[in-house]
Amino acid sequence: MPSENVLGLSRNDYKGRKSTLCPGCGHDSISNQIISMAFDLGLEQHNLLKMSGIGCSSKTPAYFLGRSHGFNALHGRMPSVVTGALMANRELKAVAVSGDGDTGSIGMGQFKHVIRRNIPFVYIIENNGVYGLTKGQFSATADEGQELKYYGRNDLPAIDLALEAIIAGATFVARSFSGDAKQVQSLLQAAIRHKGIAVIDIISPCVTFNNSELSTKSYPYGKENEIPLHEIQVVAPDYVEAKEEITIGDYDAGEIIDVDMHDGTLVRLKKLGRDHDPRNRLQALTVLEEAQREELFLTGLIYYEEPRPTLAEAENLVPTGLVKLPAEALRPSADQLADVMASFR
Amino acid sequence: MQAPTNFQTQSPGDVIINDFAFSVATANGSGSQTSNNVLVQTLFNMGIPVNGKNLFPSNIKGLPTWYTIRASKDGYTARRATTEIVVAYNSATVVEDVHDLPSGGVCIIRDDIQRMAPQRDDIVTYVVPIKDLMNQADVPSAFSKRVENMTYVGAVAQLFDIPLDMIYTSLLKNFNGKAKPAEMNFAVIQLAYDYFKENVEKVDPYRFEKMNGTAGKILITGNEAGALGAIFGGVQVVSWYPITPSTSLVDGIITYKHLRNDKETGQSTVAVIQAEDELAAAGMIIGAGFAGARSMTATSGPGISLMAEFAGLAHYAEIPCVFWDITRMGPSTGMPTRTSQGDILFTYYLGHGDSHQFCLMPGSPEEAFEFGWRAFDLAEQLQAPIFVLSDLDLGMNNWMAEPFTYPDEPVKRGKVLNAEQLQQFIGEHGSWGRYLDVDGDGVGYRTIPGTDHPMAAYFARGTGHDEYAVYSERSDTWLKNMARLKHKHYHTGRQMLPQPIIDYDESKSIGIITFGTNEPAIVEARDLLAAQGIETNYLRVRSLPLAESVLEFIKAHDRVYVIENNFDGQLHQIMKVEFAEQIANTKSLSLGDGLPMAARWIIDSILEYEG
Ligand SMILES: Cc1ncc(C[n+]2csc(CCOP(=O)(O)OP(=O)(O)O)c2C)c(N)n1
Ligand code: SF4
Repeated sequence: MPSENVLGLSRNDYKGRKSTLCPGCGHDSISNQIISMAFDLGLEQHNLLKMSGIGCSSKTPAYFLGRSHGFNALHGRMPSVVTGALMANRELKAVAVSGDGDTGSIGMGQFKHVIRRNIPFVYIIENNGVYGLTKGQFSATADEGQELKYYGRNDLPAIDLALEAIIAGATFVARSFSGDAKQVQSLLQAAIRHKGIAVIDIISPCVTFNNSELSTKSYPYGKENEIPLHEIQVVAPDYVEAKEEITIGDYDAGEIIDVDMHDGTLVRLKKLGRDHDPRNRLQALTVLEEAQREELFLTGLIYYEEPRPTLAEAENLVPTGLVKLPAEALRPSADQLADVMASFR
Repeated sequence: MQAPTNFQTQSPGDVIINDFAFSVATANGSGSQTSNNVLVQTLFNMGIPVNGKNLFPSNIKGLPTWYTIRASKDGYTARRATTEIVVAYNSATVVEDVHDLPSGGVCIIRDDIQRMAPQRDDIVTYVVPIKDLMNQADVPSAFSKRVENMTYVGAVAQLFDIPLDMIYTSLLKNFNGKAKPAEMNFAVIQLAYDYFKENVEKVDPYRFEKMNGTAGKILITGNEAGALGAIFGGVQVVSWYPITPSTSLVDGIITYKHLRNDKETGQSTVAVIQAEDELAAAGMIIGAGFAGARSMTATSGPGISLMAEFAGLAHYAEIPCVFWDITRMGPSTGMPTRTSQGDILFTYYLGHGDSHQFCLMPGSPEEAFEFGWRAFDLAEQLQAPIFVLSDLDLGMNNWMAEPFTYPDEPVKRGKVLNAEQLQQFIGEHGSWGRYLDVDGDGVGYRTIPGTDHPMAAYFARGTGHDEYAVYSERSDTWLKNMARLKHKHYHTGRQMLPQPIIDYDESKSIGIITFGTNEPAIVEARDLLAAQGIETNYLRVRSLPLAESVLEFIKAHDRVYVIENNFDGQLHQIMKVEFAEQIANTKSLSLGDGLPMAARWIIDSILEYEG
């Protein structure tokens, strides 16, 4: 691995402050992959935003991309803050982190609506099936019938956030496991290039409150039961902006699907056991449905579609970020005011 | 005509010109809005100072609604507590409407409900044969219900001397220049006009006459004014969730945002997003403000309450953004279409912990426009949310105003550092921290995302933080930050915000303090009190925190009446907090009945103490 990227920066330059999460927390592994992704692709940090809600997961933006502006918003309300920021400056890219409590409970409404509006950013859910920061209550993604020492048995069905994302109209929906560094990395690389919203639901075990082998959100369960739908590789064409060319590693020819990304990148999927085509919405829903019933833990790019227009496009906004407009553009002329006034006579 | 037997026919000398008020009682959704707008617009075009106030119910169709029109040759534009003339077109309220008329008043009533009206021989009654007129009118039956209110326009025009050609001009304007609907409506007006001319003898003393009291003025709602203010103030991101009475403010922004389109491509430079709720609306404008855009939302009490957590975050993370609260009667949904000034306390302290906000209080369309653009300058200069406290009366009613003055100052972006300036700052101060107070005014220098400098980034958060925006739970760091925020609020903000308007003369010992839309009623009340020998000084508060001059004003008087349109005297409560024991000579006069304030109540209340 080269110690400097195309911008002449080291991996260290992409780090943030020291994590204060419990040692071994899955969230830290994901932060590491965000750092690697940005370093490998040679992303310019000043054009990146890191956003989050509230929760252990949502604290993590402080621990990566130290040279990017960040906003730790409110519990469940990160999507609206991202929406405002990206409408103000559509030239920015954003990586946002949320928890399963943050997204699946208090933030469910904003989650659905930010997808519906197609705000182009990477929406990562660090899903551990519990509330970490408030000390271990069940979240809406906790397995039905799961037991926790203090809170007893969860009798409610789990919400599948990948399913919810597809239903809401997301054009990039993936699921992964924080212990699967390689897959998380590839998905992040593909997601940051997606022109629409990219939702990645990453099972990220809470080693303090939810690490029983019986939980599908625990580390041992994830390690044992992960069924990747395919191996993923992001193939960038030469011309993409300041980022390193990614060479195609060795892979078995034959069972391969290439998914075209809008920017000319390919996501190359090497099928494993299942015959899953992520371009088929109905199949994506079915696969998730079945997996839920059979308690299978499927990972990979579950659904992909050519993105719909973003909200900024739908609103026919000027192509440059609004914040870059000069002061003159902020005020119509005195003559225009006079004309308007005349219409009120 | 049905002249009451003992009603004295007026001699020409008794004629009352351009100084009376109407109340038009109809059913909501019956199309009376157009009729009323046309009347108000025409009187305005005749040069008669006029106001129109819509007292409407929270429903779409059927419930009673009243529209009051006041003409005042002396230029008073407050609502009048009593009206001399009633247009009784609603069977549901006809008893009350006719009962409330003062002796000598005039009732214009449709014939099909006349028998329900109380018999009074001290008023004049004119009957409109509505069915006959509509039968004669050549109106397709689908439209007939919608235009039958035009019959009272014709009656009023004939009875009170409004020229028909001027009515037509207003109609045309109301239909955006479309001749077809204008003509259809006008035909009905003409029929009623002719009927009254031929068959009815006028016996009341009221007349309109052209005068020169509105030359150069405009007729506009406060929400339209606020919307224009936002457009001329450079708003870039608007997010809102529909709620009466703020909706028309955002509608106004949508109407005028084309003024800011890119000249070459026609593409938009103002994003307007209808959010899924007020929480999201607040989040979006905060995100946009953080990213460096001028952002705003508009709502009323129920929405403001949902925005509370975000408002506290914006205050503490020091994010510029603008919230309009077009106040209506609370609590909860209260009386959703009635006016009030009841959100001051809640909004001023919005957010938890020791938060407090900056508030602007416009009292006229001119100020709604001015505060509309100035709010963005203030938000960026103070790096804080700015709340504009307007109300339904200003927002949704037609007001006479001077044409708006073009902003006389360049757009002020406050302390934003670009990459070069950041480099310079670091050179001068050794380092840069988002919340470092190097100027002593409590306001740090900010950078916006996208600034190409390795040191530009910071992490905005609602949690405790030090001067470098780094997480901290240290008590001393917290206290230092709070002291800076309070300094910004009570020192910097207090001086920067719009100062009170003061009319002061040393010889007078009684003062009146108010804010917002009570202005016209107070102007009138002061004149009438003066006529009774009670001279008053006057101060109108235009922002919170309260300016120091408010305390000086209080101290300079024996007695000061603090007049508000809410039940609890909320501004007075803030005075008690901010000026502690120094205001024993103040007396809170607070009403809060859902109606725009009228001079009568103010005069009576003050006379109770001074009389
Ligand atoms: C409005 C509001 N309600 C409740 C809380 C308390 N709270 C803080 S974090 C949290 C849950 C976090 O759980 P999750 O999003 O799953 O993240 P994790 O900590 O597990 O990573 C809650 C309920 C809050 N901060 N704000
Ligand atoms: S409590 Fe759980 S989620 Fe929170 S930091 Fe610890 S391990 Fe991670």
